[in-house]
Amino acid sequence: MRLLTHNMLSSNIKGVEKGFPLRIEAEKVVEKPVEMNADFLRKMFEKVEWKAFLEASRSMGYAQLPEEVDSGMLESDEFLSRFHHALLELHLEEGALVCPETGRRFPVNKGIPNMLLHEDEV
Amino acid sequence: MASYKENRTARIRLVSSHNEVYEPCDDSFALVDALLADRTNLLEHCPTMCMEIGCGSGYVITSLALILGRERGGVNYIATDINPNAVKVTRETLDAHGVDAELILTDIASGLENRLAGLVDVMVVNPPYVPTPEDEVGAEGIISSWAGGENGRRVIDRILPVADHLLSEKGWLYMVTLTANNPSEICLQMRKKGYASKIIIQRSTEEESLHIIKFWRDFDTTVDEVTDQSLIGFLGSLLAQIPLFSLWRGSNSNDNC
Repeated sequence: MRLLTHNMLSSNIKGVEKGFPLRIEAEKVVEKPVEMNADFLRKMFEKVEWKAFLEASRSMGYAQLPEEVDSGMLESDEFLSRFHHALLELHLEEGALVCPETGRRFPVNKGIPNMLLHEDEV
Repeated sequence: MASYKENRTARIRLVSSHNEVYEPCDDSFALVDALLADRTNLLEHCPTMCMEIGCGSGYVITSLALILGRERGGVNYIATDINPNAVKVTRETLDAHGVDAELILTDIASGLENRLAGLVDVMVVNPPYVPTPEDEVGAEGIISSWAGGENGRRVIDRILPVADHLLSEKGWLYMVTLTANNPSEICLQMRKKGYASKIIIQRSTEEESLHIIKFWRDFDTTVDEVTDQSLIGFLGSLLAQIPLFSLWRGSNSNDNC
């Protein structure tokens, strides 16, 4: 699971208000290199909630992203390559996503988050 | 045609399988054929975010990734399924073709509704459309891939509002339906949400009559404009499309079967 996907996921348990961001418990992180596409990154930059993304990247052991960002940074190749790496190349292979409100753990196995709810959570 | 198709869609021998996962069949082939038929438009559409709800074997999402081109970066694919074996099999199918998608084990798009809203440029859905007893809907394992409850609409009717919510302003939805699902009524329902629709492929097999419908937001239509009169005209135009596409019928000599 990429951090892009993490940034799009929220806890879906009944009664949870925001459920975002899910806290990452990383047991195994893998890197899968992909070609960089600056246009894609610029589009995604608008959509990504930065604070959640920054926190997520740190919990995956990557600490090369700036605390504060603005769209001017998209002109910097160095920023783009770090953004690209954290957004698309780091994968949570094993671990869990934890609901910020209830503490419910959604397991991630073989890179696939399990967001299925129990009957009493729907 | 065969080699053209082979290069641009998932190869059956590379599609992974599991006894609890729906294997590619006529409906899957019809959906992929619809994507192929619309390939030029899809390429011009330049989607950033593509999604499949109910990926099963992974045949369709893999084919979509191949149709849009392995060499073209800048597209992110997300696929969901409620069946744990299906997402595993989809991973194997994607890997076997050298393409990638983000997989999520979930019911329809649960967990994605808030943050993925308005971001999906292309959505493909081959829903569980078979009319079945209500208690089979959402049952564990392979049954969930076809059981559609009354008129086969139970899951379709849950997917449509989610699709509307997740699709971007330029978003397109391609969906498989069966005559028993009442496709015209589905189109009318989407019309009320502001979508135009077109039958890309209509194909009759021994067992069923399939329609692959494409939906897109039509900004010329507002809810207020949808009067009975326009609905009648719309229905007429919908029906008028069918003969045009009936050429597809019978041309379904699937090399894959």
